[in-house]
Amino acid sequence: MWEALKRLYHRMGSPKWFYEISAKWLPWFVVPTVGFLLVGTIWGLAFTPADYQQGNSFRIIYIHVPAALLAQSAYAMMAIAGAVFLIWRMKMAAWVAASIAPIGASFCFLALITGAIWGKPTWGTWWVWDARLTSMLLLLFLYFGVMALQKAMDSEESAAKAGAILSLVGLVNIPIIKYSVEWWNTLHQPATLKFTEESTMAMEMLIPLLIMIAGFYLLFAVLVFMRTRNQVLWHERKKNWVKQYMQSRADK
Amino acid sequence: MFLDSYLFFDSFADFLAMGKHGFYVWLCYGITALVILANVVAPIRQRKKLIDQQTRLQRREKKNAS
Repeated sequence: MWEALKRLYHRMGSPKWFYEISAKWLPWFVVPTVGFLLVGTIWGLAFTPADYQQGNSFRIIYIHVPAALLAQSAYAMMAIAGAVFLIWRMKMAAWVAASIAPIGASFCFLALITGAIWGKPTWGTWWVWDARLTSMLLLLFLYFGVMALQKAMDSEESAAKAGAILSLVGLVNIPIIKYSVEWWNTLHQPATLKFTEESTMAMEMLIPLLIMIAGFYLLFAVLVFMRTRNQVLWHERKKNWVKQYMQSRADK
Repeated sequence: MFLDSYLFFDSFADFLAMGKHGFYVWLCYGITALVILANVVAPIRQRKKLIDQQTRLQRREKKNAS
């Protein structure tokens, strides 16, 4: 088991291996991504009954919650990739972190904007400076900061390092976001999904939400694959295998 | 279709109206569609640009070498 994991880790560090295997994996991720997102959206928009308090505005949950969850997990994954780069100098990890940053930022933006639009009919305001909203806005700025650093320095190596360090420091914000609704008085409702106890949501509303969450995570995987593949082609452009690959595409 | 009876709304107009919340719901779903589209299109265009650039460069190098 351990040996197998070690082997996988070493392979993951090989850009060529990743480039070839991800081409095979991509369709297996794309098809369920489209399927889950379509089924979840149609189910959540047209079949799920309206909320007895919030009416139909509650249907925003099917993008707001998956986007917010994903924005936080993506951040954690980016920080882990950054740590792998810092500790073991694995270049692939730095490229993955660079791929995750803009994707995570866009889902963080999506969580904030859908939250604001949902807030208007529900709370009567687009925005309040409460703990959950503010810490989520901070997450967006952390993403921007990491993205800026990843492109900032003269050498790619030190830029990747700086980005990785900031992403690790910013990791403190993740538990703050999670517990913000419990530690402080806030307008934001407490978590609907709970892993340890029963969720506070009716089944007919919960199932499409879980489908959408799966769809968002699958989409994230697809997007990270696509961007990391570009990173590999760019950074390895002077290597023979990439040259041959380009040549074979040009001959077609 | 057999799923008809499970639909929440009575008519398509009802579905579009979403009670009084049509504007908010459709705005959210519209923005989401745009963000997803942008996220998919960006790496595809980047890849195309990269491959075009590199093949052109390689062709030039080959010409210079010969």
